[in-house]
Amino acid sequence: MTRFIPLREAILAGAIFALLMMIATRFAGFVAPSNLANVFNDTAPLIILALGQMVVILTRCIDLSVAANLALTGMAVAMINVAMPGLPIPVILAIAITLGAIMGAINGILVWKLAIPPIVVTLGTMTIFRGIIFLISDGKWVNAHEMSPAFTGFARTVLLGLPVLSWIAILTVVIFGIMMARTPFGRSIFAVGGNPHAAVYTGINVGKTQFWAFVVSGALAGLTGYLWVARYAVAYVDIAGGFELEVVAACVIGGISIAGGIGSVGGAVLGALFLGVVKNALPVVNISPFWQLAISGSAILIAVAFNARSGRTKGRIILKSAETAQ
Amino acid sequence: MSVLKKLAATAAMATAMMATPAFAQDDVRIALVVKALGIGFFEAAAEGAQEAAAELGNVEIIYTGPTDTTAEGQIEVINALIAQNVDAIAISSNDTDALVPALQRAMQRGITVISWDSGVAPEGRQLHLNPSSNPLIGNMIIKLAADHLPDGGEVALLSATTTSTNQNIWIDEMMAVMGDYPGIEVVATVYGDDLADKSYREATGLMQSYPDLDAIIAPTSVGIVAAAQAVVDAGKVGQVNVTGLGLPSEMAGAIESGASQSFAIWNPIDLGYSATMLAYELSQNGAVAEAGAEIPMGRMGSLTLDENNEGAMADPFVYDASNIDQFKSIF
Repeated sequence: MTRFIPLREAILAGAIFALLMMIATRFAGFVAPSNLANVFNDTAPLIILALGQMVVILTRCIDLSVAANLALTGMAVAMINVAMPGLPIPVILAIAITLGAIMGAINGILVWKLAIPPIVVTLGTMTIFRGIIFLISDGKWVNAHEMSPAFTGFARTVLLGLPVLSWIAILTVVIFGIMMARTPFGRSIFAVGGNPHAAVYTGINVGKTQFWAFVVSGALAGLTGYLWVARYAVAYVDIAGGFELEVVAACVIGGISIAGGIGSVGGAVLGALFLGVVKNALPVVNISPFWQLAISGSAILIAVAFNARSGRTKGRIILKSAETAQ
Repeated sequence: MSVLKKLAATAAMATAMMATPAFAQDDVRIALVVKALGIGFFEAAAEGAQEAAAELGNVEIIYTGPTDTTAEGQIEVINALIAQNVDAIAISSNDTDALVPALQRAMQRGITVISWDSGVAPEGRQLHLNPSSNPLIGNMIIKLAADHLPDGGEVALLSATTTSTNQNIWIDEMMAVMGDYPGIEVVATVYGDDLADKSYREATGLMQSYPDLDAIIAPTSVGIVAAAQAVVDAGKVGQVNVTGLGLPSEMAGAIESGASQSFAIWNPIDLGYSATMLAYELSQNGAVAEAGAEIPMGRMGSLTLDENNEGAMADPFVYDASNIDQFKSIF
């Protein structure tokens, strides 16, 4: 089984490479290293969120509240920054991650203790979080000139040729790579999604694992909330509207099975990068905006259809006599 | 509740009776009714109304409104104003239709009623003052870009969605007057869907696709802010000027960084001033609000009414480094 996963990732990487080549024929500057770095930086929030979403989807759940969580945390830290401009960035980061984790925990508790289907829980909290943003902000914007230079500058500080935003994404990928492969928590996530009943027999608490998956997803959404607001230097109710669907799409393109249990960190990252390349390429290849949406959608469908085919394992008939008996 | 209503009615009667002798007093009382008190935009409009009052000399401005933006709250305010027998009501309404009966009652009592900013249905007011008109906005957005490009240049449009009615009309109006701006070439129109991240990406894409781009025109408040940020991040401040329609509070950072030389939106002070002037003309100088009428409004020129008794005040007001600090705290 694990033998197939690197193959799928290789195919996806090949598809991204082919896509880049196609774009290069229409706009050569797109594949310049500096522009590719920009594309990666632009995709960094999607990569971080896709990793969080991957963990949730692996446990047979789904988190639709990530974008609303991101927006609420972003608004909260932006308002904190306006109220206390001197607060150091590490504190802001800690607040963002904690706030996000709390919101994730709310989802997790509802799924774990009340056994409400995750799609219903997160649809509900998605709307609630957006509503709370409106309540705390009064519908007003927090604007660039109100934020402190350190607040907006942190995400774009360049270290070793890449902005901090990109480095945070890379760091998250590394941590997740280790966590999923080498820690009991990471392995239990696969176990819970692969076969919940078997997981229980091995001593894994399914609900609790799902709870922690939501907390991880929420914490990453909170972290991204700060990064997002800092990058675009504006916070308002509707930021990242509809972004949760892009995050789920990145996971699905990356070969993470919606049914749970199958997927990899590499797949999620490549899925996010695929979408990131498409989103950044469409404005420069001079395609009518009316076609852009259709092209994005088709790319997702093709990728998913492809994954579904390659991931399908043929059933093996083990009782030949029973078949003939029918 | 009914007791309260009776009391209110009695009080209103008493006020009305007491107010009768006040006809003799010189001051013309004009009520400026806003959507809700405590909103910077309307506070600024009240400032403009005071300016008009000072210019006219014998005018007293009653600046009032509900505490939240509801039609019910405004109806109460209107009833109180009828009871006080003010000379004119100039209202920015919370509901096009719900206020009509109350305002009709006011007109039956001889009170001049006009709406401004946010209109009332024609049967509920004598005229409506629009801050601007589509042709004026369309002309202004290209003028903002052209003013900083004396030798011509390439400009691109960053709009909201492909189906946004307002933006599409403004862009059409802009295209219609392109002949007045020789040397200015519109190289592309892209759509940021009023999402900060997509607008940012589209603006970045524009700068890549058109390395000689001189200006990005964004007639949408999300787009203009995102484009300004994209220009700053691309290190193209001074090369690419971001302009269009935005709010001073949201654009202050972009003006400060130099990503935007100037942008436009209505000026609430002028709006309050013009509304007061119009109310005074109708109420005191016998001006008649009818299709085709031209009603003077002081330093803002005059208002020409169309068949719906609506008129446009002026070009959108231009904000730049010289006045942004004054307005960024207002709205």
